[in-house]
Amino acid sequence: MEILLPALLTIITAATPLLFAALGELVTEKSGVLNLGVEGMMVMGAIVGFATVHVSGSATLAILASILAGMLMAAIFALLVLKFHASQVPTGLALTIFGIGLSALIGQSMIGVAYDGIPQIAIPLLADIPLLGRLLFQQDFLVYLSIVMVVSVSWFLYRTRAGLILRAVGDSHDAAHAMGYSVIRIRLLAILFGGAMAGLGGAYLSLAYSPLWVEQMTAGRGWIALALVVFATWRPARVLLGAYLFGGITILQLHAQAFGIAVPSQVMSMLPYLATIVVLVIISSDRSRIKLNAPASLGRAFHPSR
Amino acid sequence: MRPESLLPVFVKRPLPSRAMVYLSPLLALTLTLLAGSVLFLTMSVPPLQAMYAFFIEPLSSVYGLTELAVKATPLVLIGVALALGFRAGVWNIGAEGQLIIGGLCGGAVALYFYEQEGFYILPLILLAGIIGGMLWAAIVAFLRTRFNANEILTSLMLSYVASLLINLMVHGPLKDPEGFNFPESRLFSESAMLPILFEGTRLHLGAVFALLVVAAGWLMLSRSLSGFQIKAMGSASAAAEHAGFSSNRIIWMTLLLGGGVAGLAGTIEVAGPIGQLLPTISPGYGFTAIIVAYVGRLHPLGSLLAGLLLALTYLGGETAQINLGLPVAVTGVFQGLLLFFLLACDVFIHYQLQWRRSGSSGEAA
Repeated sequence: MEILLPALLTIITAATPLLFAALGELVTEKSGVLNLGVEGMMVMGAIVGFATVHVSGSATLAILASILAGMLMAAIFALLVLKFHASQVPTGLALTIFGIGLSALIGQSMIGVAYDGIPQIAIPLLADIPLLGRLLFQQDFLVYLSIVMVVSVSWFLYRTRAGLILRAVGDSHDAAHAMGYSVIRIRLLAILFGGAMAGLGGAYLSLAYSPLWVEQMTAGRGWIALALVVFATWRPARVLLGAYLFGGITILQLHAQAFGIAVPSQVMSMLPYLATIVVLVIISSDRSRIKLNAPASLGRAFHPSR
Repeated sequence: MRPESLLPVFVKRPLPSRAMVYLSPLLALTLTLLAGSVLFLTMSVPPLQAMYAFFIEPLSSVYGLTELAVKATPLVLIGVALALGFRAGVWNIGAEGQLIIGGLCGGAVALYFYEQEGFYILPLILLAGIIGGMLWAAIVAFLRTRFNANEILTSLMLSYVASLLINLMVHGPLKDPEGFNFPESRLFSESAMLPILFEGTRLHLGAVFALLVVAAGWLMLSRSLSGFQIKAMGSASAAAEHAGFSSNRIIWMTLLLGGGVAGLAGTIEVAGPIGQLLPTISPGYGFTAIIVAYVGRLHPLGSLLAGLLLALTYLGGETAQINLGLPVAVTGVFQGLLLFFLLACDVFIHYQLQWRRSGSSGEAA
């Protein structure tokens, strides 16, 4: 168990950014909008957070800035999709291309700058439990927040009236519109929430997971988050499961050598991407299950009839 | 009572505007240049000087023009193929991976025939590249048609796998034995390289292939049954299926086409301007080709013009880096901005602006 502890700890840190981004995208998709720009929003969250902590020294400020950056990116997407009737797939792709470019531009002077990482918070008493305490109750603030967000999103979607309306908009925007709900406003909020969460996921990468800036440091995590939403069949609790599963696969490459597995590092690095494909295939092949769980209006444009 | 004010509202046109289809890219380009100027101002770079370095200077010499063609070649090739797929609603966004695998396969054949002569070597290299790209895309088509797996995500994941795979190969089996352990292959022999069209430049035979693919794509789209099926599947998939067009067949066809052409583009890169295998053989041509397809109005001829424009952003980025010390990343920002503005301007194809009083009925969409 003592040997496994560092591995288990890294699973948590590898899973957390995925968890944030996938939860945000889940809410966006539940409102009927497919935002393929997660990668772009995440990478912007990462650089803006890192730049903020570099300038101000405040981790709190950095996290808030990351959230704001993700939301600003999402706002561009929302403007194009909701106001300018642009189709969602190319707009999301544009967001990713733009985000990767802009983050590289902002981050060019930050390469090689070091940061200690956000502090860990030990929960009194609980953190003193042997092993388990170190694992579960001595994490940084964002890890706790990510778990809180799973519960909150789940509660919001399935236990509140607002959540019901959001799901209604995602399942049939025409019916929701006819009932007098503002499809555009609800989708705007869902998209902004998705951006905020992707920004948080990015912040976790550059402030906690590996506290430094590397160009394109998200390395496809935004796309894996998109796949996680399908894997979870649009259920928040299953996103948690999926994120930790992928966290496990991601850290396999870090600890393979420690366990004496002699495989080229590139092959180990392929694992998360290959696992994403395998998981997608397994979940998607059950067409009726996807049809039952996917928001019925997902990806479809909404034109209010007047 | 709220104070009355006039608000702009998009109202659907009775018929889509043909003129806007063609004006939109020009409008988007203008807006990109304006936004780019603002960007340069914030970086305290004189905008006119930067714009000159970016968009004029690369075109002011014959060598610059040939370099433009070299960079446009992979973009045009892939842009044409992606345009056909996007028209059918098949979202192959992993052309980058298919390009890499094509380059890897073509490169492996080139290295197999190291220091050998023969007219057959170059065709074999190109063929290997095409087949490699096709096989990589075939995985996507198989997973989509057999298991219903979303092609956007699978093709993209395979791009990451492809870039790791070529990295692995140039670190291992394909590494130059006399290369002091650098992760790169031997330089290809003369017989494995694409012939140069004009002495003293890097313009190679691949540019001709790009023009041929444009012509072939145009013929296919406008004259062949497959082209008609592609257009029908994209605009009215239910009707197309009723007419007996198989959506699986179109998914396979567009993906194999996209993969094959991307593979060809990758081979052209390694057997043309690069001349060996490196850990990275493309600065994201496969992704930029998505923008090429859109700016080119999902039309082969349009992709040719758009490919040249996007090639200029790469070339201009290099010039601006050398002359003004601007980071290369500016290229990516320009490309993203261009696609944003294009998508925004495209609203005018189907909608027109009307000014309405804020109190009037109807949701301001």
